Order: sequence, then structure tokens, then C-alpha cells
Amino acid sequence: MASAKKYWKGFGDLTSDPDSEAIETREFPTAIPIDPFLNGDGKAYDAQASRRDFLKWAGFSTAAATLAACEGPVVNAIPYVVKPDELNPGVADYYASTVYDGHDFSSVLVKTREGRPIKLQPNTSSGHYAYPNTRVQASLLSLYDIDCLKEPLIAGRAATWAQVDKRVRRDLDAATAAGQKIVLLTAPVISPTFSLLWKQFKQKYPSAEWVAYNPISNSGAVAAYQAVYGQTALPGYDFTKADVIVSVAADFLGDWFGGDHSRDYALRRNPNQAMSRHFQLESNLSLTGANADYRIPIKPSEQAQAVAQMYRAIAWGQQTRDPRIRAAIEALKKAGPAGLLVSGTNDGDVQLLVDAVNRKLRSRAYRPEAPVYLKAVTDAPVKGLISDMKDGRVGVLLSHRVNPVYDAPDSSAFVAALKNVKTFVSFDRRRDETASLAHVNAISHHAMERWGDAKPKIGIYTLQQPTIRPLFQSRQMEDSLIAWMGGVLEGVDAALANDSTATYIPPVTECKLTFHDLLKKNWTENILKGDSTWFSALRAGYYERRDELHPVSPADIDLSPALTRAENRYAKTGKIELQLYSEIGMGAGAQADNPWLQEFPDPLTRATWDNYLTISKVQADELGLKNWRDSKGALNGDRVNLSVKGRTVKNVPVLITAGQTYGSVGLAFGYGREKAGKTALINGNPIGVNAFQLYVDRDAIQTEVQIEKADGAHGFALTQLYDTMMGRGESIVKETTAQIYNRGKSDKSRYNPSEKLLTIDGKQPVSKVDMWAARDRSLGPWFNLSIDLNACTGCGACVVACHAENNVPVVGKDEVRRFRDMHWLRIDRYYASDMSYEKAEAEGRSEGRAFFRALEQPEENPEVVFQPVMCQHCNHAPCETVCPVAATSHGVQGQNQMIYNRCVGTRYCANNCPYKVRRFNWFRYAENDAFDFHMNNDLGRMVLNPDVVVRSRGVMEKCSMCIQMTQASILKAKREKRPLRDADLSTACATACATGALVFGDIDDENSEVHQLHDAEKNKRKYYLLEAVGTQPNVFYNLKVRNKIE
Amino acid sequence: MGEIYTAYCSRFAFVLFTFAMLSVQGLHAQEAADPAAGKKLFTANCASCHRLDRKLIGPPLRNIAQQRNRDWLHEWIRNNAALRDSGDRDARAIFEEYKGQIMTAFSQLSDQQIDDIIAYTSQPAAQPAAVSATATSGASAPNTGISANAFNLILLTITALLLLIIILLTKVLKMVYGMKYEGRLRELEKQRAVQKRLSFVEFFEKYTPGFVFFGLLFFVVAMYGAWVYLIAIDVNTGYEPIQPIAFSHEIHAGENKIDCQYCHSSAKHSKTAGIPSANVCMNCHRYIAEGPKTGTREIAKIYKAVGWDPDRQAYIPDYKPKPIKWVKIHNLPDFVYFNHAQHVVVGQIACQTCHGPVETMDTVYQYSKLTMGWCIDCHRATAVQMKGNPYYEKIHAQLAAKYGVEKVTEAMMGGLECGRCHY
Repeated sequence: MASAKKYWKGFGDLTSDPDSEAIETREFPTAIPIDPFLNGDGKAYDAQASRRDFLKWAGFSTAAATLAACEGPVVNAIPYVVKPDELNPGVADYYASTVYDGHDFSSVLVKTREGRPIKLQPNTSSGHYAYPNTRVQASLLSLYDIDCLKEPLIAGRAATWAQVDKRVRRDLDAATAAGQKIVLLTAPVISPTFSLLWKQFKQKYPSAEWVAYNPISNSGAVAAYQAVYGQTALPGYDFTKADVIVSVAADFLGDWFGGDHSRDYALRRNPNQAMSRHFQLESNLSLTGANADYRIPIKPSEQAQAVAQMYRAIAWGQQTRDPRIRAAIEALKKAGPAGLLVSGTNDGDVQLLVDAVNRKLRSRAYRPEAPVYLKAVTDAPVKGLISDMKDGRVGVLLSHRVNPVYDAPDSSAFVAALKNVKTFVSFDRRRDETASLAHVNAISHHAMERWGDAKPKIGIYTLQQPTIRPLFQSRQMEDSLIAWMGGVLEGVDAALANDSTATYIPPVTECKLTFHDLLKKNWTENILKGDSTWFSALRAGYYERRDELHPVSPADIDLSPALTRAENRYAKTGKIELQLYSEIGMGAGAQADNPWLQEFPDPLTRATWDNYLTISKVQADELGLKNWRDSKGALNGDRVNLSVKGRTVKNVPVLITAGQTYGSVGLAFGYGREKAGKTALINGNPIGVNAFQLYVDRDAIQTEVQIEKADGAHGFALTQLYDTMMGRGESIVKETTAQIYNRGKSDKSRYNPSEKLLTIDGKQPVSKVDMWAARDRSLGPWFNLSIDLNACTGCGACVVACHAENNVPVVGKDEVRRFRDMHWLRIDRYYASDMSYEKAEAEGRSEGRAFFRALEQPEENPEVVFQPVMCQHCNHAPCETVCPVAATSHGVQGQNQMIYNRCVGTRYCANNCPYKVRRFNWFRYAENDAFDFHMNNDLGRMVLNPDVVVRSRGVMEKCSMCIQMTQASILKAKREKRPLRDADLSTACATACATGALVFGDIDDENSEVHQLHDAEKNKRKYYLLEAVGTQPNVFYNLKVRNKIE
Repeated sequence: MGEIYTAYCSRFAFVLFTFAMLSVQGLHAQEAADPAAGKKLFTANCASCHRLDRKLIGPPLRNIAQQRNRDWLHEWIRNNAALRDSGDRDARAIFEEYKGQIMTAFSQLSDQQIDDIIAYTSQPAAQPAAVSATATSGASAPNTGISANAFNLILLTITALLLLIIILLTKVLKMVYGMKYEGRLRELEKQRAVQKRLSFVEFFEKYTPGFVFFGLLFFVVAMYGAWVYLIAIDVNTGYEPIQPIAFSHEIHAGENKIDCQYCHSSAKHSKTAGIPSANVCMNCHRYIAEGPKTGTREIAKIYKAVGWDPDRQAYIPDYKPKPIKWVKIHNLPDFVYFNHAQHVVVGQIACQTCHGPVETMDTVYQYSKLTMGWCIDCHRATAVQMKGNPYYEKIHAQLAAKYGVEKVTEAMMGGLECGRCHY
């Protein structure tokens, strides 16, 4: 039943927290801060100058400023000397390309304006890896990174490419002569053409060796696949074919095995069709667990046991001992070929069992015949490398997109061994922990500047093309290798070696073949094979070869030793166990200096700019660890020293989180970067702690954990801490179960009752009670946005897309702590616990807060609802009526418009907004060194969208429903003399959404998707946020349906 | 192009006329030939490939009659291919020198017309005129500079003298007045002292209506003045900055009738009309190196930007382009979104509606106020071009039903909404 559930935002809602109660009665958590103006010493109160003096000065300055502005400045316009044909200033061009930085992979459409990339969008024509996640989208910002290396270095000093080439070739030759190894250490490389190049490099330098390194190991799963199918790869999955998904700690909506499962998963979460049922067994509350129908909390060490039991039950038909997982096993058995078991463990034995279970089920969703090459590397070569380095067997070490000094668990061993390497060449653009130790920094291009290709999966090939000229004196890694092995350079070298001017262009052009030529040749001859042309492949950005798919024959392996090992693996369980994980925003931490990602709120904890130890409420109480709010409403927490097998990470902040299994704690990778750049530091200290230090034996599960309370407190910056739903939970999130929904489709009052207001004529539906005139919808399109809570996985790709499209500023941790975050689009996370009024009443505890307090620790395993909230574009907008200067008004296309140049900053609108979606510019965030992110330098500002104004201090801003995009679409239709089509219309968030949760369009267009969804007769799940307020929004929601049996 | 040439020539008509007179006397072999008619013919037929004094696509033609036999010229102009095929050595040589460039056959020209052209080419170069027309700024500066300096000097002297006279006169007058009125002044002061005893309050009570009237009048006038002053701030109508190249829209758009969107091609695609890139200039200026007003001086700046060598008629290899830094005339604030394509293509509004008679402007100036009120006025008055645009079909039907009018203005379509231009 819809009313059976209680929704809560945070612990304050559950307990009678005085802070929460105070917040309930106030709109803004803090008063207007006047202290900074008064210097905090109270002297201002005794000042000689009176208020009248202040007014005089203010008046004078206003007049002076006005008079000074009488003469406009001289503005120059510099046209192209020779304009490229395909480019029109003011019109965006799109290029299909690929982003792969060794960690995240995606096909993208690069939106460029006047030759500079400003946004990464999904390449929707491609069926694989088409939707860039938060990190891929944000990686664009690193192209315009003011702090990256701008020229190659030798021994830390600027050098020319000729000098670099001379030096490296000398050392390569010396290493070959001395019989030493030349090692290329890279992140997993999946480029077919690079493999070709590497073969040639090995011909020139036979002692060359290529070692791939993955900071977060997949080694076990790869080894298991290798053992069964004889290939270094990971198995493929097709979640559209799964009726029952049982996931043992596999975060497949996050980073698991390279991602790209969200869309397939969401396709089966449509309640109007056959919905899949999803069981998740895990200890940390992951994004995947938050979306599950049934979430079963287990301790990290129990994962292997759980899989073993499933194997026993399904392969051997044994009875299950553990009652918690019985339902999951039964469902899996019943589903047979429509079932799927996945596991997130890095234990090869467990993965062998998973493979056996899926094969036993004849699972259609399990596709070992479609192997995935992304992230498919084993750990053994890295271990060998370190011992080789230590013993002086490595003459030259070349490293690309890896940072073992930061993310290898045995980084000190690596650093020590590095001393015995004669030449260490790094290709990375940043002088990070590893690259700063390099003898030579032969900087490579950004993904937006380079040529390349990739084969993430069998039969799927993608191309990468430059969309901007190299901004700095960089040269792509492949071309550097070509230059070092090329013969053409012999004559040129000597002449140019003495050229000390840094303007020397890398001598790739003097080689016989650049990597681009090689790429073109390889594609034409070996990949396209005459079935398509180079240019059509380049235009599409990908090419699919279905003829590569062949059935596989699994090797017959005796699984009993694996089963025994898996069952005894964690025979000794710890009192508290640690599960390391990677966050949606930060991943392995390669982009720790990216302000968009640092300020991206974690979907589950809603924390920005931090990592922390997630711990359950009960456990925290036991250990005497607390979270508390300061006087301004920001959250503080205790700190602990965390030890694993003799290694200690000090001062780890503790964040009490719902859904954390008792007996386990979680810690995210990717933080504690010392040399990532200025954004990853606050007051010179790295943000967060380095979890890789505890990644002992590259195992994300650690059972021998000691936690001791440390001194001091830590300040968190959470974006959702109001901690209360003001008793309006049911008007905010609505959900039901598939059973109720399907049974009562025609009678929606059972699960989606329309809200009624008590009037003089009795109870009336909200739509009937209206004091305003209806809006006239006859003037062209009327835009609406539909948000499906069932399809939304909470991944947050839309949040970053909104940042990029709308020039949303980054404000920094301190400001977020003051609740001054500027996100136009937030994804609210609500917890729900199973408790009904009826049930409570029967137990005699339905009164107020006592009702919640009496619940038996509901935070241990809550259900989670994600709800994207942006400006609701109300037809009867409360903000419009209170603005004294009419700076916000309604358009004839349904959008609530915000006019920055008219706004005087009274903030009445924000006070009157029931959805709290308006954001105030407390400062000038652009061109202001106090906000040292990307908008204070010319290079960083190149990412700004020229069609959207950069807001100044003192004005309100909010979601515009991407009016710049709708206006552009309308103009396109007008220019092409045709009616507006559904496909023309989108917003940044809807474009970025992989799961189709956000649908934007014209509700007056009968052919549009949103028209169908808007029709309450056809779409019974439709509801409005806080409908009873009577705002009549143009954004509507579709309630969540869980596939549960009651 | 032909017209440019005509314009150029007409400027120096009197010089040419003088020389025409001379040449008529000087060339006895062709009494009947008319260089003036020849000039017209040359402009119409030859000028696209030939100049008198320098190489273009074909060789320079000044005094060609002295280099070639007259009959040979006739034959060559009529049908140069036939002449080559006949095995004429000179004809083949010239063909090879110009790398096989084929010259159009002008079989339609009569003997008389060809003679006219030859007569025109046989005129000596207009030396003095050419110097002043094509002189570089450095060469022409001394000429005008000296006279201007002298003039300034004279002016300064006169002013100084006048000032001296005024000072002297004032002193003399003071002395005279002082002597004559000393006594009277003392009496006046006494009287004033008596008057001063009348307090301001009494004075005010006496003339209250006047005070009120003039006070109000002053207030209204002051407010109006302040309003007029403030509202005109940063309204830059008539802004006419000096541009890095003295480009004349009068010559290009006016005399030569080049379509606005030939150069400002992005106006139909983009929000900006675009300043043409230098390669667009080169479409014509590859052949036109001299302008009627500024000679080669200004056009050479384009060549400098793109790296064109006018002597060799070729682009300089590996030239680093030098972008031209134009001064923007029409400036809208950052928070205004204006789209040219919307107005030019969809609205079918002529460029001149906002930019004024650009085709008559030698240097372009800001014609319209570019204030928001100015935008709004037009949105209120102008009918939306709905006919023939299927985008508007449904909207038009709805609007017609609603307002019952055929003419639908932008304002009716929501064109006065803030969010249409500010986002």
C-alpha cells in the first residue's frame, strides 16, 4: 500500500533531533551572514561612520559607477583568416568520438563551438557504451586544466621534443645493449591499432614488455574466465534477458566490470511490461543495492559463502542453510534460463562458481561468448614488474595513465624499486604522484586531442578523433613511440637537438607514418575489410562486426577444490569487516582534481568533497562514534584511526549511514591524493584519505580491521541534510509494488490516489481548487518533463550534464557546508521503512515522533528512492507572484523564466518556492580567485557554453528547462520550414539519461512520447510533487514500482 | 569587378582626358582609334585577366602595340588558338610562358574596336595621378603635413594675439570703471545693506506662489533632464570607430551591389552575422589589388593577413596568418541573446532595417539605438512571416481563432517575454 511506508531523509527524521526540529521551522538553515562584513571583532558597532554615512557612500559609488559606465569599452572582433568550411561561428558542431582514460570508457558525441569542445553527450546511435557516466562527462574539464604540463620536461625542466627524443632513444638503445628490459606500464589498453604498433616497437626493441595495470583489481574474475574459456577477458552480460537478477555485491549500475549495464537493466524495470526481480546481497549500500527489489544485508566475508550455497543449491540441489538467501535461490531456480547470478568479488574461485551456476541455469543473460576486454587484466605482471625493477632488470620504464605511487597498495615498494630504473618516462599530462618522479615527462594528448581506437567488447570497435588542436606542446603517446623507434629521425635529430626554442613542433611529421596513418590503415584493412569506409566509421564513431561472435566451449573444470577454497576463504571472520568500494563520482581517483566531480554529491550519502568511513548506526553507538550538527546546520563527525593487517590510515572521518550492514564498514577509493592538483587539496591537505593503503593483497574485503577513535572532528559537506520531509512524505515520493499496480491498474486510487482538498463544497481534487486563470497553451509548443522514478537509478549523469550545459558554478566545500551549493538539478535520496500507521496503531505507538523512535532500527536496511528534482516550472508559480521586480515570469511555452539581469536579489522567490530549487549567487563565482576551480582562468572558461550567460553575484538562478536548447530547436524547425518534431526537443538532463528516466517534449504534440506520459488516463503512475500546494508544475513524476511480493 | 574598374577610372577622368588628348596627337597610325571607347571595351572584356601595368592572369598590356605587330595582335585577340595552331612562334611562346592558360577568343570584336583597345593601352601611364592615388601613407604625409603645420602655427599666433588684446582691454576697462563709479558703488552698497534686513522668511511669504511654481518647474525640468541623460547612457547610436582596414561598404555594397550575405554568410545560419574571414575577401581581391580611394594600401592589408604575394600572384608557403582585429560596432550586453538567422531567414527582415543604409556608408556606424525598447517596439509592430512556413500552420490557425486577425505580431507570439532573449 502506498500509505504503508514511512519516508525519511536522514536520521534526524527518525529521532527527535532538536536540530531537525529547528530546521523544520525555518526555510534557510542560517541567517544572512553579516559577520564577515563586521570583521567579527565587533569594532564595526563602535565605528564613527553612521548608517547615513554608509548611505552617502553607497549613493556616491552608485552615481560614480553609473557615470563611469557612460562610455562603453572598445570591443574587438577577430574573424578567422581562413574559415574552415564546416564551421559557422555561433553554430555547434558534433563529432563522434571515444573517451577512455584507462578507467572509464564511453562512446561520445563531442559538442564543439568555434572549434572547442564544450560538452560530451551520448552517441546514441551506438548500442554499446553509448552513455557517458558522470566521470566521462566531467573528463572534458581536464582538457582545459590550467595546471597540467604544457611542454615536455627532462629532469623537471622544460625541454624540446628533439631533446626528449634524443634522450629517450639513447636510453632505449642503452637498455637494449645492456640486455635490460624496456617496460611500458599502462592502464588497460584496448586499442587494436596500438597492439599493432606495439608489435613493431618490439621488433625494434626486443626486450620491450607491456604491463597493464588496473588500480581496482578484476584479476580474479579475469582468471576465472581465462580458466574456463581460455581468453583474457571478462564475460558479457545482457540484463534485458534476465527476469531474476541475484547480485552478490556486484555494483553493476556503478563500476562493476566497466559498467554499461544501466540501460539494459532499466529496460526491464518498466512495470507496464514484464519486470525483472532484483535481489542484492551486500554490506555497503551501493547504487545497485538502492535500486534492488530485495536487499539482503550480509557481511563482506559472507559473500563467498553465499555464492557457494547458491552453487550447492542450484548445481547439486542441496538445501540452503541460510534463511536470508533462500528466497533469492528459489527465485533463481524458478527462473532458470531467465535467471542471472552476478558477483562483485575479486576471488577467482567464487567467480568460477558464479560461471558454473549461470551455465547450470542456461542463463540467457549470461553471455560468455561475448567477452568484454575493458578492464580485463590480471595482477601477476605488475608484481613481476616490481621485483624486476628492484633487481635492476628494467632499464627504461614508460608509464601511461597509471599512478601506482598513489594507488598501488605496495606503493612504497614501487617507489623504492623505481630508484633502480635508469630512465623513467611518464606520458601523463599531470605531475601526479607517479609522474613527478619521472626523469622525462613526454606529455601525451588529452582524449579530445588525439587519434585512437578501442575494442571494449568482442565485435565492437570505436574510434577516437581529435576535436581541437593540441592546446599545449604535447604529443600523443603512440606518436612518441613511433618517433623513438622511427628511422627517419636519424638525420633530423642532430640538427634540431640544439634548438632550445620551445616552439619546435614534435617531429612526428618527419616520421614515415604517424599513428593516425597506422590507425586508418589498420581500420581499412583489418577492421572494416571493405564492409564500410573509413569516413563513415569515423562519422559514426564506432563499427560493429557481428561476424566475430562465435559460440564458446567451456573447459571442463573440477569445481570441488574451488568450492572448498571459497567456503574456507573467510573462515576467520572479523568482528568488524571493511569493504572498499569506488564511488560513482570519483571512481579510482584519476580525476581527483576535477571540480565537477568533487562537488558531485554521492548519490547515497549526498556528501561532496570527501570520502569517509560508512558505518551503521548501531555499530557507531557501540564504538561511541557520533555525527552531530553545528550551529549552522552543517554535519560534523568523529574521526577514527583505521588499521588493517598492521597498516593504519589515520583520521578517517566517520559518516553514519543507513543501509550499512552491522559488522561492516565501507571506505571509498579515489581520495587522499597528494599531488593531483589544487582542486584535490583543501588548505594544502589532500581531500579524504587514501583507501588504497588498506587494499592489502588487492582484496576489497578486509576482515582484520581495528577501529580506534581519534582526536578531533571532521566537517562534512552534505547537500541533503535538512533531514526532514516536514511530514509530507507521501506527497513527495510515491511507490507501490508490482502486485498492487498490476492488479489494480484501472483503479489508481489504490496506489496513486489523487490528492484532495477540503473546501466549502466538500473534498475536491486539487485540480478543481484553483484561484488562478488557466494558462493559454495555444501559442506553439508546451514543454513538459516526465521523470520516471522506476527508471532512475540515481547515477547522477544528468547532474554533470546540467553543469556543463548551463555553466553552473562550483562553489567549494566550505560553501556547500553552508548549503550554498549551486546544482540546478539535484537527486534527492529518500529512505523508506516498512511500517504502516495501522501496524503502529495496533501496537499503540502511532503518535508523532514516538512512531519512528519505536521502530526497531529502520536505518539498518531501508529501501531507497532516488528523485531528481529541478525547477518544476509551475503554471501557478509561487516565485513569480512574490518577485518585486518581475524577474521571474512564465513563458508561453510553459517554462518558468528567470531573468538574471532583472533580478535584484531579494530572494523572496527562494523563500516562496515549495521545492527549494532556486540557487542564489552569494558570490561572483567566475573570474574570482577565491573560487580557484576552472572559472577563474581563461583556459578553464573555454568550457563554458556561450549560449548561456554566466551569472553574477547577487542574482537568483535555477533550472531554465534548457531554454537555450528548446529555442535553438524551434529556430531550426522554423528555418527548415517544418513543424517541430519530438526528436528535436531535449534538455541536457534528458539527453544524458542512460535509462530514459527523463523524457522531455511538447505535450500538445500528439506524436510525442511525453504527450502519452502526460495523459493521466494512459499513465496511471503520473503524479505531481506536492500536488496539494496547487502549483500545477510542468514537471511530473511516475511513481516507483518495486517488484515485490507482499 | 568591371564596375570597380570603371569607378576607379572615372575618378581620374580629367587626367585621362589630358593624356587621351596627348596620345591622339602622338599616335599617327590610328587616327580613327578612340581610347575612351577602348577603355570601356577593355574594362568589359579584358580587365578580368589583364592590367595595364602588372601581371594578373595574363601579361600587362601597357604599350603592347610597341611590342607586337598590330596585325598579329588582331589575329591573337580574335582567335588565339587558331594563331597558335598555325604554328606562330610568338603565340606558342606566350602560351607556354603562361603555363597553358587559355585566353578567350574575342571574335565578336571589330577591327575598329580592337584598335580602340590598343589605343587605350598605348596611353602613357598616368604618372602624377598614379602617385597621389597609390602613394603609401608615408609618402603622402609630408605633403599635407607641412601645410597643416604652417596653418596651425598661424592659428596659434592669432589666438595668442587675441588673448593678449582681451587681457589688455579688460585691464583698461577696469581702470576706467573704477575711476568713474567709485562713488556710486559706495551708495549702492549702503542700499543693499538696508535691503538685507528683509529676512528670507518674509521674502518667501511675499512670493510663495512664485517660489512654488518655479520650484516645481525646476524639479520637473531637472528630472526630465536626468531621465534623458541617464537613458542615453551607453546608447551608442552613431558610433563610428576607425577600423584597421578602411573598408568601404559604399563601394562594395553600394556601387558594386555585392549582396550583404555574400560576405556575412553566417547571418543565415547562426546567431552572429559574422565578419567575413579574409579568404572571402580573397575571392575578389585576388584579382583586384587596387581600390578607387585608397589604392593598394588597404587591400595590401588583406594580403598581409592571408599571406598573398600580389607580384607572384601566389600564396606564400608556410605563412603564419595574421588575423585582422576589427572593432565591433554593434555591441549587445552578454545577457542578451540575439539571433541573426531568426530575423534574416525566418523573419525575412532586410539587413537595412536595423543596420541602416549600409550601402551608402563609407565607414559603417551604428544606425539604430539597440536598446531594449527599440527591440520591443519592433516586436510589437512587425507581423510574423507565417505564410509558406509549415512551422506556423497550427499556431496560425489557433491564433486566428483566438484573435480573429490575419496579422500576427511577434508580441502576440510571446515575443515580449523576458526569457526569449535573456537566458
